[in-house]
Amino acid sequence: MPDIVVKTEDVVKEYRMGSNVLRALDGINIEIERGEYISLMGPSGSGKSTLFNMIGALDRPTEGQVYIDGQNMSNLSQRQIAAFRCHRVGYIFQSYNLLNVRTAHGNVTLPMIFAGIPDKQRNEKAEKLLDKVGLGDRMYHLPDELSGGQRQRVAIARALANDPSIILADEPTANLDTITGREIIDLIKQLNIEQGVTVISATHDLKMLDVSDRIVDIRDGLVERIRNRDEIEIEIGEVGGHE
Amino acid sequence: MDQHKRIEEQIDLPFLESLRISFQSLKIRFGRSIITTAGITLGIAFLVSVWTNNEIDLALQESGRSSTIATLEEASEQGISTKDIWLIIMSLIVCVVGIANSMLMAVTERFREIGTMKCLGALDGFVVRLFLLESGFQGFAGALIGALIGALGSVALGLKNYGLDLFFYFPLLPATPEDAPMRIGVLLLILFGCILGMILAVIGSSFPAWRAAKLPPAEAMRTEV
Repeated sequence: MPDIVVKTEDVVKEYRMGSNVLRALDGINIEIERGEYISLMGPSGSGKSTLFNMIGALDRPTEGQVYIDGQNMSNLSQRQIAAFRCHRVGYIFQSYNLLNVRTAHGNVTLPMIFAGIPDKQRNEKAEKLLDKVGLGDRMYHLPDELSGGQRQRVAIARALANDPSIILADEPTANLDTITGREIIDLIKQLNIEQGVTVISATHDLKMLDVSDRIVDIRDGLVERIRNRDEIEIEIGEVGGHE
Repeated sequence: MDQHKRIEEQIDLPFLESLRISFQSLKIRFGRSIITTAGITLGIAFLVSVWTNNEIDLALQESGRSSTIATLEEASEQGISTKDIWLIIMSLIVCVVGIANSMLMAVTERFREIGTMKCLGALDGFVVRLFLLESGFQGFAGALIGALIGALGSVALGLKNYGLDLFFYFPLLPATPEDAPMRIGVLLLILFGCILGMILAVIGSSFPAWRAAKLPPAEAMRTEV
């Protein structure tokens, strides 16, 4: 029996804008197995980022249910949701969302502060994680002093701070050039393989398909189709690019 | 790493940890903090100077020293004049609006940061506490500087009006003369200015901080100023 880590049941999300109602998700049903690398694909406005927010408990569905590890997220208290975000999920965003007033090291320690990890332990772990993502020599730099790729690496290190079981990545390569984007994808894939962490990524970067176990195509707020890795043939040309 | 167990409840951070983070934030954001604090300083300086002027005038007139300003002679006949009351009310309004505006802007431009902190596991209460601490420090520091500037400005004006007599009859402490209005004293005015500045700063930041903390993180991060 598959080990389902994320399950959504008829998830609907509506945004009210004045008298208009925009239905961003129109009844999404998906199941994601533990350790999978899933890409949510679709054009801008298809609803993939909205679904990402629902799975990550960053927003509440208008209708339907999201289950993580078999637990209905709508039944959780505020404290449980905060603990879920802190311990179970690591978030990676398109625009990095680093706190500009904290150094790379300070950004990585923040989720560990919220988790109540003692000072010494969290400092050591932040150093180890930043080393792992290749920023051992820039850990006390502010985000403004880092390139886009380096900032995304800090975000990845931060996402791993509390050993989450799920990594949620929303367009992690959208602001990066081709080569840096490829490096970031490889780094996330490496974590997926080495640590068995489930990766759910909203993207329209074709390079992501190359590493995904399954691709969920989202269109107009609905799951259009789900493809397995072996069902698709991707040819990704190497395009040069420098930051 | 797999965690099939029930989702636990998030812990409360110790108060000292909040204090440390809010100090760090103020230190790193020093330039921006100075601008916000300057808003508080100006409001309180205006308020304290108006009130201190009034106190000085009352004290000096009560002592029988004449002022060089004709309108103040009128004031001595009537106690606090309507003009003075209006000036005090206006200064209070300017102070409240100025500080509320400074704090509102300072918090609103950090909605994205609030959303990010919530993504990382911050509780709503922690976010609000962080902002209240920051605004409390800013409020107190800004108000203390403002109150001192306001009081010193008034002393300078008093010296111009009354000369060195000012120091003999300076209304430092509260007084309740028999046939003249009660005086609060400059010392209490400064203290009052500090407390008022701190309270207004905390109130001014608490509403936007509470609102941002209550928003789902996705919405807070979408907010643009």
